[in-house]
Amino acid sequence: MFETINMKILLPELILICTGLAVILLDLVLRKKETVAFIGVAGALLSAYYNFSLMSLGWSGAVFQNMFVLDGYSSFFKLIFYISLIITIFISLNYIKTERVSSGEYYSLLLFSASGMMIMAGAADFMVLYLGIELMSLSLYILAGIMRERRTSNEAAIKYFFLGAFSSAFLLFGISLTYGLTGTTSIIEVAEALNRLGPAGRNITLIAVIFFVTAFGFKVALVPFHMWAPDVYEGAPTSVTAFMSTGPKAAAFAVMGRVLFYAFGALQLQWSAIIEPLSIVTIAVGSILALSQTNIKRMLAYSAIAHAGYASIGFLPGTQEAFAAMINYLMIYIIVNLGAFAVVVIMRREGIMGEELSDYSGLAKKNPLVAFLMLIFMFSLTGIPPLAGFIGKFYIFMGAVEAGYTKLVIAAVIFSAVSAFFYLRVVVYMYMKEAAEPSVLIVPHSVKLVLAFTSIMAILLGIFPSVLLDFARASLLG
Amino acid sequence: MSGNYIPSHYLPVISILAFSVLVGLGALIAGLLVRPRRPYEQKLAPYESGNLPVGEPRYRFSVKFYIVAMLFVVFDVEAVFLYPWAVAYDRLGLFGFVEMMIFIVILLVGYVYAWKKGALTWE
Amino acid sequence: MTLPQIFFAYFAVALTGLSLLVVTRRNPVHGVMWMLILFIHVAGLYLFLNAEFLAAIQIIVYAGAILVLYLFVVMLLNLKKIEKERKFQHIWIVGLLVSVAFLTLLIPLLGKFSVYPPPGEYSVERINSEGQIMTVGRVLYTKFLLPFEIASLILLVSIIGAVVLSKRKLN
Repeated sequence: MFETINMKILLPELILICTGLAVILLDLVLRKKETVAFIGVAGALLSAYYNFSLMSLGWSGAVFQNMFVLDGYSSFFKLIFYISLIITIFISLNYIKTERVSSGEYYSLLLFSASGMMIMAGAADFMVLYLGIELMSLSLYILAGIMRERRTSNEAAIKYFFLGAFSSAFLLFGISLTYGLTGTTSIIEVAEALNRLGPAGRNITLIAVIFFVTAFGFKVALVPFHMWAPDVYEGAPTSVTAFMSTGPKAAAFAVMGRVLFYAFGALQLQWSAIIEPLSIVTIAVGSILALSQTNIKRMLAYSAIAHAGYASIGFLPGTQEAFAAMINYLMIYIIVNLGAFAVVVIMRREGIMGEELSDYSGLAKKNPLVAFLMLIFMFSLTGIPPLAGFIGKFYIFMGAVEAGYTKLVIAAVIFSAVSAFFYLRVVVYMYMKEAAEPSVLIVPHSVKLVLAFTSIMAILLGIFPSVLLDFARASLLG
Repeated sequence: MSGNYIPSHYLPVISILAFSVLVGLGALIAGLLVRPRRPYEQKLAPYESGNLPVGEPRYRFSVKFYIVAMLFVVFDVEAVFLYPWAVAYDRLGLFGFVEMMIFIVILLVGYVYAWKKGALTWE
Repeated sequence: MTLPQIFFAYFAVALTGLSLLVVTRRNPVHGVMWMLILFIHVAGLYLFLNAEFLAAIQIIVYAGAILVLYLFVVMLLNLKKIEKERKFQHIWIVGLLVSVAFLTLLIPLLGKFSVYPPPGEYSVERINSEGQIMTVGRVLYTKFLLPFEIASLILLVSIIGAVVLSKRKLN
């Protein structure tokens, strides 16, 4: 009755999910709570190993009646998710103990959120897409509010939940409109149905596309759907903010690309026209509003908004080349952002919150290495050569200029220069201001690993840019 | 080609619904029309077995009601998924059995978690 | 106007009116009560779409479990003083403008659904001959297996979330 279902394709997700289940159960029995974190990392590494060995063996394809695929597109994004997950687990190890967060739920929710992201990346059907988004988001709502005693954490969870549920409503509206017009929820079949429909039908589908862009705009924090990001990023636990600003953002871009390119490819000119003003306004608002922030988490939130704007420029030309530049940019941004958040996490010690910019005064005196690494991350986020951030922006802008969006790129470059003000302000505080009482930071070994990895990647990807970009191009081809 | 389907065998359901609404509303409205209306302060105060009402009627609600209701929703949805599986079981074979067991095991993990965390004890 | 169209018109008007009633009541418990009537109307709408199982589930799960959850939360929040406050925020005019903009986005859709997709394989007669629940069972656990299993994970995350966020003292 059933076709042979190629279950091997789901193996990476299954491993991650089983790790999550194991973490919940083991946390109830184990006394030493860090063990569950290492189980989480082990599961993630095993899942990554299987994913890339499956891809290299050529096992890619669709499963479950084309509802889920394993292809180069999803594998590249899964690489981003694995990096985001493992680094977040590493930087959470000490932070969770300091904040007295219950560890079993924390790590298992991280794992489930990552599973949701992987399902999102591999979804080939709107229903699986929606369920993946919900799985990822629901875990994140809980994680944002997991520090129950802190009012900012509760506020973050409520705001994120309300706006996330709202965006899910828009997404469902778009899916149901598309279903009503094409009779199918499978992404490939929607594309075929759109080719059959005349221009009148396609214009109606544009309204569904607007709903999709709205929903994904919420998840990615494009303006004017960005209002939740600063409060949520500030209130959530810092390690959760590190995760939220990297993995889920990439996942939202993954589904946005999948839906816009594969399902609604016939409407590419129209949705490019919709996204163009959104991206430039996002860059503007993110860069300008970050200038006045004093809390580093809020500042990084506005910086995340601006970077989402830069990344979404990659949608505009509508070519695979530009999309490769975009996923290249996302990978670089995520690695560097995780490094920056790693530094923010270790600033939190007993009694000191470490979230205000003034806490960074004089950091270079007692902790020169940490300050130097933060300098690398801030330079990379600004886009200063020869670091990786510059390369990411360069390729995206090049793709946009080739497609004729010159004015947009000029504006983006200007805002890039404006963003130097608030990124370099951190550097100024670290190197040129006097600290009230300079204390030596305790850097746990796991964070040392993270800082080493992210800073080395930030430098290497800047010096050897084509390695990642060629990998991105190859993934998109299959 | 709009839908032209009428669920005609649900007619008894809607007639019972309409009848009960009419009877209930009718009794209330009839009472409203017929009874005299002479309120005074003591009659309008909440009834407390003859004592004078003192203090706010609302007290601090315990959060354990929320947890119970939340767990009920989740396991109710699980039961809902079990209905069609049970009806179609003979068509689904071993594969259907295994997939439902996966579903139940995942929720069993949640159940064990809730149990061990003390969410099921009512103190 | 055929009979199904009359019924659909009633359901459409009733659902819109009931939703407005739900969100505009000063007393939140009244709003939840109107929501109950709303759910029953939605169940009626499902009946007209030949989805009897879904109608029953709507009543059992939504009106039976989720509504009770809403009521518990409303009682938990102890909103006595909310009833005395202003009902809507001061910027309600912006909300109204956004809703009107939303409507103008949707108006061109009316009547444009002239392009109908080919009918699916489960027509009314086939479903009624096989039995409603049997059909749902046959399709849900074969064709839609993957969404079903992911849904179980979402339920698990809800359990974890409810316990970790609201238990007074985690053992």
